[in-house]
Amino acid sequence: MADEVTFPVEAGHIMLFARAIGDENPIYKDAEYAKASEVGGIPAPPTFERVWAHWDPDYSLRPKPGEPWFGSAAEATARPQSADEEDDGGGSGRGLHAEQRYVYHRPVLAGETLTARMRPGKTWTKEGRRAGTMTFSEGIIELFDEAGEIVITATTVGVTTSRAVDQ
Amino acid sequence: MPLNASSLSVGDTHSEVVVENLTRTQIVQYAGASGDYNPIHTDTPFTKEIAGYPSVFAHGMLSMGMTGKMLTNYVGDGRLTAFGVRFTRQVFPGATLTATATVEAIREEDGQHFVDLAVSTTNQEGQEVCKGDASARIDA
Repeated sequence: MADEVTFPVEAGHIMLFARAIGDENPIYKDAEYAKASEVGGIPAPPTFERVWAHWDPDYSLRPKPGEPWFGSAAEATARPQSADEEDDGGGSGRGLHAEQRYVYHRPVLAGETLTARMRPGKTWTKEGRRAGTMTFSEGIIELFDEAGEIVITATTVGVTTSRAVDQ
Repeated sequence: MPLNASSLSVGDTHSEVVVENLTRTQIVQYAGASGDYNPIHTDTPFTKEIAGYPSVFAHGMLSMGMTGKMLTNYVGDGRLTAFGVRFTRQVFPGATLTATATVEAIREEDGQHFVDLAVSTTNQEGQEVCKGDASARIDA
C-alpha cells in the first residue's frame, strides 16, 4: 500500500458494502432512519476500513489497465511470476489473510474523509501441518479523521504458505 | 437496542446464521465492495491451476464482515470498541455459517459499562472458520 491513503466514506459505498456482507440493517441505506438513531448518521460497518484499497494507487490486488494481472485470461494466469520477483503471495495464490484486529476509537459516519497510514509490524515463520512453512507478516493501519484524531486502529496479519493449504 | 449491564450474565450467548449456501456471486459482490480482487476468490482457472485449491473461496474479511453483522445486531450500531479474529479455516462456496458471541465479562470503567465477548463462527460441518473476541459499550 501507499504510505498514506486519503479517502471519502460514502453512503452509497456503505450500502454496497452492507449488501455484500448480507446485512439488511436499514441504518446502512436509510439516511432518515440513520439520522434518528443513536449514532446520528450512516455508520461504517465494523470491517469497512479495508475499502481504503480502492483509493490506493499501488494496491496490488486490483487489476490496472496496461499492467499484467495474475488472474486468468486466455491462460490460467496472465502474469507468470518470475523467480526474482518478490513474492507477496499474490502472484502464486499462496497469500492468505491470517488475522485481523480492530480498535474503534469512535464510530465512523458517511460524509467523513479519513486518512489511512500503514506501518509494518513483526514478521515470523511457523511450520504448519496443513500448509508447510508459513511466513506471517503484520501491518498496522491507523485511520485518522480530518481533525487528525485517530478513529480506528487496524492490525492485519498476512501469511504466505509454501504450498496450498490441505483441505 | 443497546445491551444493558443489569440484564447480562457471563455465559449468555447470541447466535445468528449469517449466510446460508454461500454463492460465488456474493463473493464477487464482496470483491467489488471491498476492492480486494485477488483472483483466488473469484477466478476458478487461476485458483485451481495456479494456486492449487479445489475451488475459489471467500475472503477472510467476508467471513469477518458477516460475523460483524451478528455483533452489530447484538450490541447495537456504533457500540463496538474492539473486534478481532483469526481466520482458522477457508470458507468455500456452499458454506452455511453461524456466528456466535458469548459474554465473557461485564465491566465498568470511569462510569461507562462494557461487555467483553468471545466470538466464534462455524461452518455447516461445525468447523470453526474464525475465532476471536470483541468488546462493546453497553448501558447500565
